[in-house]
Amino acid sequence: MTATAEKILMKGNEAIGEAAVIAGCRYFFGYPITPQNEVPAYMAMRLPQVGGTFLQAESELAAINMVFGAAAAGARAMTSSSSPGISLKQEGISYLSGAELPAVVVNMMRGGPGLGNIAGSQGDYFQSTRGGGHGDYRHIVLAPASVQELADLTLLAFDLADQYRIVVLVLGDGYLGQMSEPLVLPQPSGKQFDKSGWALTGAKVREQHLVYSLLLSPEDALEKLNLRLQEKYRVIEKNETRHETYNTEDAEYLLVGFGMCARILRGAVVSLARAGVKAGLFRPITLWPFPYRELAAAARGRKKILVVEMNAGQMVEDVRLAVADSSPVDFYGRMGGMIPEVEAIVERVRGYVE
Amino acid sequence: MSNSVLTKVREKLVYSRPDSMYPRKMHYCAGCGHGVVHKLLGELMDELGIAEKTILVAPVGCAVLAFFYFRADGCEAAHGRVPAVATGIKRVHPDHVVIGYQGDGDLLAIGTAETIHAANRGENITVIFVNNAIYGMTGGQMAPTSLVGQKTKTSPYGRKAEDVGYPIRACELLNTLEAPYYIERTSVHDVKNVLKTKRALKKGLMNQIEKRGYSFIEVLSACPTGWGVTPKAANLWVAENMASVYPLGVVRDKGAKA
Ligand SMILES: Cc1ncc(C[n+]2csc(CCOP(=O)(O)OP(=O)(O)O)c2C)c(N)n1
Ligand code: SF4
Repeated sequence: MTATAEKILMKGNEAIGEAAVIAGCRYFFGYPITPQNEVPAYMAMRLPQVGGTFLQAESELAAINMVFGAAAAGARAMTSSSSPGISLKQEGISYLSGAELPAVVVNMMRGGPGLGNIAGSQGDYFQSTRGGGHGDYRHIVLAPASVQELADLTLLAFDLADQYRIVVLVLGDGYLGQMSEPLVLPQPSGKQFDKSGWALTGAKVREQHLVYSLLLSPEDALEKLNLRLQEKYRVIEKNETRHETYNTEDAEYLLVGFGMCARILRGAVVSLARAGVKAGLFRPITLWPFPYRELAAAARGRKKILVVEMNAGQMVEDVRLAVADSSPVDFYGRMGGMIPEVEAIVERVRGYVE
Repeated sequence: MSNSVLTKVREKLVYSRPDSMYPRKMHYCAGCGHGVVHKLLGELMDELGIAEKTILVAPVGCAVLAFFYFRADGCEAAHGRVPAVATGIKRVHPDHVVIGYQGDGDLLAIGTAETIHAANRGENITVIFVNNAIYGMTGGQMAPTSLVGQKTKTSPYGRKAEDVGYPIRACELLNTLEAPYYIERTSVHDVKNVLKTKRALKKGLMNQIEKRGYSFIEVLSACPTGWGVTPKAANLWVAENMASVYPLGVVRDKGAKA
């Protein structure tokens, strides 16, 4: 692989593509939509060089179902899109979840609802973490906050997908994908996953393998699948919850944000420190599983929690669940592709002090 | 000729259980065309020795459990998405035999885009399209292929062309595309046509094995339950009413000698 300890400059969306190649992904199916077009363009250029297949599908519906087929066949496969396209993929994500197929989906969120605009947004938090499609399923949601993390978490996404036979969503936004930053390309983990027990490879010297989610008997089949899925989800909640903190040790105020907002909140923490206000940052890296326990611990004893999002207040619901009554929770958000400004956040927190 | 001779011939040709099929009782209604097409497919898996490298993609429709009957790998696809799922599988396993199996609602309503684009890419797969002019599984609603005047649950006064248009001819539609290698329409309403269907299916599979490209076989098929008639009357209806709207025969065969 091209992995090297050297820092190179890369655009966020291209870093996703290269990380997928490093992860051994050889099948990409997608449909054009701004602001993620650099991902399919990169894969269209890169995959033929490594013997892979890039296919521009006729729609996001087709793309996610091509991923379904390739995943069922035992390959590492991915698709990427942005909000309106991700809405169309929800049916496929539900089917992937029901059939317990590993797949990586990237959503570089843009402003909504409807056609909205092509600016970055975080309006798809509910869709991403609550199950945008039908049925009782969950999928892992990774929220990178830098170009380096777009690469690192994309690589991780493939391992998690295979390990748990689950869909992993890499949830970025239009700003992050367009950003160019230096990064060190990650090394493949080297983990091997045995798919020989279920992948469709031809029923030669073995019984047939079937990949499906149709389970007609409520008691004997479908509830059993659901119970098994729930068991798996509990294991993931226990083992795969990730978060990051910054300057939280003696912070009186805790700022909470994911992705792009976490970058802005870091700046706010520094500005507030200069003004003599002790604030810290808590950043969930996995949005599902959400770091409830870790956040509850980090929130204890703070005077106030401020959640900042590029939406009308979605993750704040999870923060409230985590924090319960231990500290008051406030929210600040911008919508429609607007970015919360450091000054506005600083002002809001200084207002608490007075 | 005595009756017993006829029965014997019929048993030998149509109703023996191929080795490539599990001895499982089929869930189809009496007189349903799906069962016949399945058995032909099983026989061809035997004859061509391909069961061990076949991956069958089943639709959402009465054939949703089609893969259950074959000693081959099988895959589900969301309603209408068979060609996309088959594409994903085929791109990973280009040397396997990937078969898409679909009904008319699946292939021509909700899955029209996937159908046209898989054909247009010339995916090296074999698509078996069972056209029974109705939505069987959901209880007999109007299909894109329902005939003008045909009464269904959702066209109780008969399909009105002025209101909902005319039946779609899948073979002719796909024949406007450059890429498809082979397109044929057959029927399973009588023994003669069952045998023709088998030949068409065989050709469709051979094309894929020889990596010639996209093959599409439409099979006119009875749905006595959905149509509310006896199996015998249903087969007659295929012959007398469907075959005139959906002409039988080869629509395209790039492999045919000029
Ligand atoms: C997204 C979605 N819409 C609707 C359905 C309900 N549904 C199941 S089968 C079917 C139509 C089946 O008809 P056809 O494809 O003609 O196959 P047949 O049963 O006649 O063989 C429909 C509408 C579904 N399962 N999924
Ligand atoms: S409803 Fe029609 S298509 Fe479905 S199994 Fe019965 S006869 Fe066959």
